Amino acid sequence: MSPAAFLGRRRGGARWDWTDILSWVWLLAGLLLMLGPAAWLVLSSFKTPAALAEFPPTLLPYAQQTATIDGKPKGLFTVTLPDRQTRTMAELRRVGIVAQMVDPDQPEAPPVKVNIKDRQPLRQITFATGNYTEPFLKFDFWLYFRNSVFVTLMATALTLLTNSMAAFALSKYDFRARNSVLLVIVATLMVPLSVILVPLYSVVSAVGLLDNLWGVILPTIATPTGVFLLRQYMLTIPDELLEAARMDHASEWQIYWRIVLPLAAPALAVLAIFSVVWRWNDFLWPLVVLSSKQNYTLQIGLNTYAGELNVQWHFILAMTVAAMIPVVVVFVFLQRFITTGIAGTGLK
Amino acid sequence: MIALFLLPNMLIFALFVLIPIGLNVAYSLTGGAEVFLPDRSFVGAAHYARLMDCTNALQPRTCRDDSFWTAVWNTLRFTVFQVSLMTVAAMITALILNRRIPAKGLWRAVFFFPVLLSPVVVGLIWRWILQRQGLANLMMVEAGLPPVNWLTERGWAFAAAVGVSVWAHVGFYALILLAGLQAIPRDLYEAAEMDGTPPARVFWRITLPLLMPNLVVVITLAVIRAVQIFDEAYVLTGGGPGTATMFLTQYIYETGFASPVRNPGLAAAASILMAGVLVVLTLIQQRLRKAEGR
Repeated sequence: MSPAAFLGRRRGGARWDWTDILSWVWLLAGLLLMLGPAAWLVLSSFKTPAALAEFPPTLLPYAQQTATIDGKPKGLFTVTLPDRQTRTMAELRRVGIVAQMVDPDQPEAPPVKVNIKDRQPLRQITFATGNYTEPFLKFDFWLYFRNSVFVTLMATALTLLTNSMAAFALSKYDFRARNSVLLVIVATLMVPLSVILVPLYSVVSAVGLLDNLWGVILPTIATPTGVFLLRQYMLTIPDELLEAARMDHASEWQIYWRIVLPLAAPALAVLAIFSVVWRWNDFLWPLVVLSSKQNYTLQIGLNTYAGELNVQWHFILAMTVAAMIPVVVVFVFLQRFITTGIAGTGLK
Repeated sequence: MIALFLLPNMLIFALFVLIPIGLNVAYSLTGGAEVFLPDRSFVGAAHYARLMDCTNALQPRTCRDDSFWTAVWNTLRFTVFQVSLMTVAAMITALILNRRIPAKGLWRAVFFFPVLLSPVVVGLIWRWILQRQGLANLMMVEAGLPPVNWLTERGWAFAAAVGVSVWAHVGFYALILLAGLQAIPRDLYEAAEMDGTPPARVFWRITLPLLMPNLVVVITLAVIRAVQIFDEAYVLTGGGPGTATMFLTQYIYETGFASPVRNPGLAAAASILMAGVLVVLTLIQQRLRKAEGR
């Protein structure tokens, strides 16, 4: 099938239906609206502060070229001289609407006075990578980044371990309290963080974990969602396998570790992906627990920073892109897992 | 043996979920700025009385705790607008993604993309686009319209909070609806086509009734989440301009932690009232699911 025929396939017939047109309008608008903002963020993040201040903004990051005159960088312009000639000249200084320009090759020559209307900055596409390197070198962003990675990895590992152990007990053993335990877990599914913010803070404070990364990690790892997801999956593992292993004198721990966990790998993978995204993106809880800068996660650092330095957009944009990167990587490689996971379980 | 497998999860669960749920009541009945419970004095229902002390609850100005009621009405308005807009958009998206379009997986991914972004990133992306000299106003100017102060005018800032929240979550709900659509047997549609039933009627008679369970899940989940709105709105507008985008969770956070005079008891009382609303919503959902008979 030719590409044109493929793209033009429609329901049932050969005629264009009005619903086809509407669908394509919606899809293309969706493409622009859903991906456009993030793409605009990435493009903007490579612009210099001067380029960011321009209105209307350019699509690609341009920066004015400079020439060094007397050891100082001076902006280059394309100047239209009174005799209609155009030349590339550097600006020495500007007084009101009159700029004093010199030829960068002959900086000793007397400067020419030019009306600023008669010149255009000479620009070239330049990626201002300093936007990225500076915050990591000068500010604490490298530290925030490491804190976020630590929280995300630790919380995810512990979530997988504790949730899978609980799910194993709740799916493979029959005991009297099982239904009440399940009921308690169901009941708390609907308790959002914002509802227990104050007492949770006091508990974490009593345990001595305020302003500590472990205080961010621990309350997040007993997710009811995770226990449920894994339990549903483990219920499908045949009990005969476990019985056979018991015949061979395997301990219960070995059964869990050697048989059930490997078989539950697909469900564990889904939970791991979700856990990574959740923990990387957490905001309200770390905001409450962490008070000193060296403990900030990337999200908190970024928010605080955006509040303090409302003018330094070039840094804010670059840092936002940096905070977005891990999630975009997860999205590109594991998107299929996530969408089937959601369609199957309705978790987020 | 069983206990050993359950222990780690249940210990953490008890410590960080169950105990706080119980403590919440204790905090809401005690006063002072101390976090350590034994240091706090018993004040009975004073916090609740303060929150409920209104001449006319529809007018936050006439209330003793006007910021609480501002937050309540803002949250309610936000929920109504955000949930209805998002449900309609998710429905249209799901219906279109369910058609025979090329590269289906790719389109699904496009709409899902913002769902994974962190609220801080979402807030900052849109702050950048909606600022005075941002991309949004460039488009307004290009279209021959006057530029708008998206984030510094009350009405626009509220609309922006709603719009950004819809943008960030619509893909998730579209996915749930799409799963429901794909479960509808194809032969029903084929039979309808045989009879020459008009598409609109097919939608009302076949698609919508069979999609109802998923739609109920989508709406209740969206409502429960909208009531807790905080992160992306807080990064986008910080609750401003004035109190135009101040929502309940922000009220709880600021009253309990971020205001110069901390009042954990008052914050706990407000959160218990909010929990009450959420419990009612959850019960309604259960009722609806039972009515569906599934």
